[in-house]
Amino acid sequence: MLKEIMEKKKVQVKKGKNNRKMPKVDIPADMFTKCPGCGKGVYRKDVESAKKTCPNCGKLFRMSAVERIALIADEGTYVPFKNDIKHADPLGFPEYEAKLSKAAAASGLPEAVVSGKCEISGEKAIICVMESKFMMGSMGSVVGEILTSAIEEATERRHPVIIFTASGGARMQEGMVSLMQMAKVSGALAKHNEAGLLYITVLTDPTTGGVTASFASLGDIILAEKGALVGFAGRRVIEQTIRQKLPENFQSAEFLLERGFIDAIVDRDNQKEMLAKLLKMHK
Amino acid sequence: MNAWEKVNMARGADRPTSQFYISAIFDSFVELHGDRNFRDDQAIIGGIGLLNGRAVTIIAQEKGINLQEKSLRNFGAVHPEGYRKSLRLMKQAEKFGRPIVCFVDTQGAYCGVGAEERGQGEAIARNLAEMMQLKVPVISIILGEGGSGGALAIAVANKVFMLENAVYSILSPEGFASILWKDSKRAEEAAEAMKITASDLFELGIIDEILPEPKGGAQNASSEMAERIKEKLENELNHLSRKSEDWLQKHRYKRFRKF
Repeated sequence: MLKEIMEKKKVQVKKGKNNRKMPKVDIPADMFTKCPGCGKGVYRKDVESAKKTCPNCGKLFRMSAVERIALIADEGTYVPFKNDIKHADPLGFPEYEAKLSKAAAASGLPEAVVSGKCEISGEKAIICVMESKFMMGSMGSVVGEILTSAIEEATERRHPVIIFTASGGARMQEGMVSLMQMAKVSGALAKHNEAGLLYITVLTDPTTGGVTASFASLGDIILAEKGALVGFAGRRVIEQTIRQKLPENFQSAEFLLERGFIDAIVDRDNQKEMLAKLLKMHK
Repeated sequence: MNAWEKVNMARGADRPTSQFYISAIFDSFVELHGDRNFRDDQAIIGGIGLLNGRAVTIIAQEKGINLQEKSLRNFGAVHPEGYRKSLRLMKQAEKFGRPIVCFVDTQGAYCGVGAEERGQGEAIARNLAEMMQLKVPVISIILGEGGSGGALAIAVANKVFMLENAVYSILSPEGFASILWKDSKRAEEAAEAMKITASDLFELGIIDEILPEPKGGAQNASSEMAERIKEKLENELNHLSRKSEDWLQKHRYKRFRKF
């Protein structure tokens, strides 16, 4: 699964014959970006101003955790929780530390999820947002701990929890300790649930593997972004198992909506409003 | 034995599977079928049996012993309806105050079209959350292969035991090698690196106890192995059955909270 997602990120620029005849113009390298949906080059500025949506085909670009919080939380209300981030390396896995440093540099975050409290149109909530740029949002012991602490805090203070998921699943480099995080986070949610509190998940691209098979699927209300890949097993793994090609929309948010596993697909323009509305209804 | 040899032993055609242990350990076993929603997944055997006179709910992953049965049981690869059947029987056990014993033996949850369509992720997630809250004792024993979330979905227990030569892993060694090194042929190397044997997992605190196997493996003296499991279950259930509902829930939560 991870592998597939990683590979999708590789953008290849084809050098056609026509390109050679073009006069040389100095274009800043980051002025254009290629849409992962239609493949067309689009102005980065246009994408940014449209909440990271392709102006050509409407495909949603992945949002960073920081961008997401800016989209959802009322300005100045987000207060991150302090987390003591001590990475464990239970397998003594070769180059894991280097990989973590690289991921931190790529994402600007110490781990693949952030947590904090905020207000959404004045409604208090505890919010966790996963960061796909950090090792594809994979869940190791630190991610599990950040989520669990935030949920426990919510249970104690009787606050709702909102989690934006984006993850390739359990983090392979921590072996079984990663798998245990699925039970740990789900257990914390079970207690939050028993306390009669609201939990909303928003599934974003991609949400797969051990994250789908734990907290992503446990929301009282499950929302998703259009076109998001959401599933348990990797596409390639399934194709190898059944020896058939899968249809294009298999494991998309739309597919899940049709099969009855999510409540609604919500545009970025309406996400904040929708969350605020739901929070108000559960006061 | 190294980790890869254990993987092969755990997968071995002669390794005793859940159905053998059920018949050897429990009296008057009554199998209960179906998830009341879609179908009966035969990769999971569920039911009630007597352990020295004490009624116990049994949930067991079963790979099958001959080709025809293996195919019927989908080689122990569970579909969502299998997890939902498990959960139904676990809630039933809770209603009647019966302890729950789970036997784990699967390469993993099934990766197929129907499994995705019917919410494999949701089914596993639901089990994890619900099992954490059960008010009765839960014991899980990894008999052969404990494959990832598909195994964990019946292993959120107060006590997790593992047979000496069983393996319990985040992914098959083949899958792990394929993801991290882009080469599934390096499975043997992956098996070593992943810490999937009973002794490695005991050290990491993932399991509570190793159940020693007869010399050369459980297949060499399967009745002796069954007797050992039976004795262990009796002792543990005697201990856990005296605990309050609240104690059992908190104990299970703490067990997983520490990771």
